[in-house]
Amino acid sequence: MKGPRDAMQTWQSDFASAVRDPDLAVPPDVTSHNSDAPGERFAVYRNNVMVGLVSALEARFPATRKIAGEDFFKGAAKLFAATKPPHSPLMMFYGDAFPAFLADFEPAQEVPYLADVARIEAARTRAYHAADAKPLTPAALAGSLPDTLAGMRFILHPSVEIVASNYPIVTIWAMNSGEIDLAPITDWRGEDALVSRPGFDVEVRPLPAGAKTFLQNLAAGNPLGPAAAAALAGNASFDLGANLAALFAGLAIEMTNQPNEAALT
Amino acid sequence: MRVSQLPLSAGASFKPEHFAAISAAPQPLGFFEVHAENYMGGGGIPHAQLGFLREHYALSVHGVGLNIGSTEPLDRAHLARLKELCHLYQPECFSEHLAWSSHAGIFFNDLLPLPYTERNLRSVIDHIDDAQTALGRRMLLENPATYVRFEESTIPETEFLATIARATGCGLLLDLNNVFVAARNHATSASAYLDAFPLDLVGEIHLAGHFETIDGQGSPLCIDAHGTPVIEGVFALFDSVIARAGPLPTLIEWDNDVPDWPVLRSEALAAQARLDRAGSLHAAPDAA
Repeated sequence: MKGPRDAMQTWQSDFASAVRDPDLAVPPDVTSHNSDAPGERFAVYRNNVMVGLVSALEARFPATRKIAGEDFFKGAAKLFAATKPPHSPLMMFYGDAFPAFLADFEPAQEVPYLADVARIEAARTRAYHAADAKPLTPAALAGSLPDTLAGMRFILHPSVEIVASNYPIVTIWAMNSGEIDLAPITDWRGEDALVSRPGFDVEVRPLPAGAKTFLQNLAAGNPLGPAAAAALAGNASFDLGANLAALFAGLAIEMTNQPNEAALT
Repeated sequence: MRVSQLPLSAGASFKPEHFAAISAAPQPLGFFEVHAENYMGGGGIPHAQLGFLREHYALSVHGVGLNIGSTEPLDRAHLARLKELCHLYQPECFSEHLAWSSHAGIFFNDLLPLPYTERNLRSVIDHIDDAQTALGRRMLLENPATYVRFEESTIPETEFLATIARATGCGLLLDLNNVFVAARNHATSASAYLDAFPLDLVGEIHLAGHFETIDGQGSPLCIDAHGTPVIEGVFALFDSVIARAGPLPTLIEWDNDVPDWPVLRSEALAAQARLDRAGSLHAAPDAA
């Protein structure tokens, strides 16, 4: 042995620390047939871990990467991986905290909408893996009496998330995901994104004014009437018809078996 | 008694980009294998595809996150997810690695090595007992590809694996690419390793590609990259094993730079041709 280990240390904590910190020496009991301190061999593990984490972020945030540029993204991803490693073996969800990291990342401030694009992409992965549920269609709702409508409660589909932004974030995301052609954005104003997965395909749509408050109220279990009233109170241009149309278009609500309840997916 | 219920034929890693090709026509393969952790979301395409595979093929679920080689107790939440997955899809086989991937709350997303000591032997046996009890099924444990050794290791890897299997009743997953890579990396003999390996406990074989570079001392260093075809040297180890043990469920793994489906399928069919040869030559095929 190359010297006693601290009583609190184990072979595993030594190895784990040295894998995460390339400035640390190879752990004392790690050897190879040809070296007492096989730095290049130990570096295979360091590299596997770092490349694995960075690749996971690259795969999850393609539009963010396209906007930021290859080198900038890799640099940010490496810093994120070094400071915010995963805490779960479910790697598909690694990077849930990456948008918040980008929002605070000084060099990214030049592109103020970058973190919001990343928020859409993070929500898309969660929607992709969300539980299955049967969306509510306008036809299924058509049988309800108009005077009961205001008292109905809806359940948001498990895939649904809203990403609110001060930037035209749905348009920017779509242009950098190959959904629409890149073009100058003439109408530069905030967009709130509805991320949902009615079937197997994740969809991203812009929401009408007041939709965020409306959906948050529905998600909290408030009936349609009070939810609409709250949205209208927060935004005078709130239009219930346009909002319901947007929810049905994104199939963001689902059916329930409860009378007076319908679930929006 | 067979330690896995997979058919004694060749299979392939399932990659979602191959789903359209695989589902378009029946494939001449015995089974597909998936990484457990990719199917731990709530629903959507991954589960729909896994459901299709389950319906049409034998299924192997291969975990990469159970952390069996760790000094720490197994993660109950992860065990519960594995149990749910096995309950939903009833795979013919569940396997994991002689390695660790988490420590002090951090997941490393890699299969990291452990010293082969009496203490770690007891710990791994406890973890496998724990996992098999929680899952209500026997599992296979895979030999690792390693790049370094530990001074404190006192037990040969083959003996370490055999002792675990005999103590817990688990089977072994013999990864011949890992055998090749580790032997080259440690300047030892792959055939001596296989001579010492308890082939009667093997429930599945893995074959994969690796690449070779050199380390800081100028010695060969093989990296277990799963991004290229199986090399002839690994197929030669395969031939020697199935000549002795008879045909075994054999998986082609391909995880990086994944080629089009016909390329992966033809790799699996090449393994099948070798199994067929071994089967016709093998004097006492396993009848179970």
